[in-house]
Amino acid sequence: RALCPLVPSAPAALRALPPPVAVGVLHTTRPLHTAQQSLAPVSPLPEKGGEVRHGLIPEEFFQFLYPKTGVTGPYMLGTGLLLYLLSKEIYVVNHETAAAACILTVIVYAIKKFGPDVAAFADKLNEEKVATAVAMKNEAIQALQTAIEEEKKEQWRAEGRSYLFDARRNNIAMLLETNYRERLLMVYNEVKKRLDYQVAMQNLKRQKEQDHMIQWVEKSVVQSITPQQQKESIAKCILDLKALSRSAHAAV
Amino acid sequence: LPAAVLLKDMKLMDVKLGQLGSWLAMRDFTPGGILGAIRRGHERYYNKYINVRKGGLGGFSMVLAGYVILSYMWSYSHVKHDRRRKYH
Repeated sequence: RALCPLVPSAPAALRALPPPVAVGVLHTTRPLHTAQQSLAPVSPLPEKGGEVRHGLIPEEFFQFLYPKTGVTGPYMLGTGLLLYLLSKEIYVVNHETAAAACILTVIVYAIKKFGPDVAAFADKLNEEKVATAVAMKNEAIQALQTAIEEEKKEQWRAEGRSYLFDARRNNIAMLLETNYRERLLMVYNEVKKRLDYQVAMQNLKRQKEQDHMIQWVEKSVVQSITPQQQKESIAKCILDLKALSRSAHAAV
Repeated sequence: LPAAVLLKDMKLMDVKLGQLGSWLAMRDFTPGGILGAIRRGHERYYNKYINVRKGGLGGFSMVLAGYVILSYMWSYSHVKHDRRRKYH
């Protein structure tokens, strides 16, 4: 008995069809992402700002004057400028000058004293911000890595599907076989029951015929014994019995 | 032979002293141009002195000093009267 034939492979037939029209088509009115993508990484923030000397004058100015006047050039320029402003009273020395001097002294002292501490505090705040961002990035990378691993494992698992299908096919074949055999047994039993019935019927009929015939024969024989014959047979029996008893007496 | 750069596209430091007048005349003085110039200047200063990891005091104090000088220039006509000598 052969197993039921396998269904012709549906996936291959489906794959041979042309792909549907809507695959890969994004419905837009204008083309998107047409410019050339720049994959260069964003440059990080510069570590330190532009150099500033004495907190007021950028370093570039000193470098600009260095070739012509050397190191002291800008300072001479500053002194000359200051003397010019004072002598021509373009800068007027009045009460505001005294106020400015006091304020500047206090400010410079405060900066010299508390500057480094404030800088360290601000740096610590920045560090914390950067650390949280980096931690988030690392977490995301880690999560994606585990996702990749899981995906690979799933792909490996999917390779074993042939075994699964074989086992399933075996199961189904066994079910079919079992079912067939059960029905076969049922058929056999039913046929046997019918045949047994027929045999029993025949036996019964023959037995009944036999019994009936024996009874009829006995009845007819009994009926055929006439009273005359009955008397004669009884007298004969009595004579036989007397003879027997005499022989028995003699034997004793 | 390097391509000649137009006067109006040259940077300020490359302009010769004699060309300064014509270079200045060629600059964009429309409101959009002025706004663009302000924005460019602000971005240059901001990205050089303030938008850094360890910014120092110079970035802010230079702006403050500029403001001080500007306010002194605006109030000079009022400060003139506190001069100690009349003739210099």
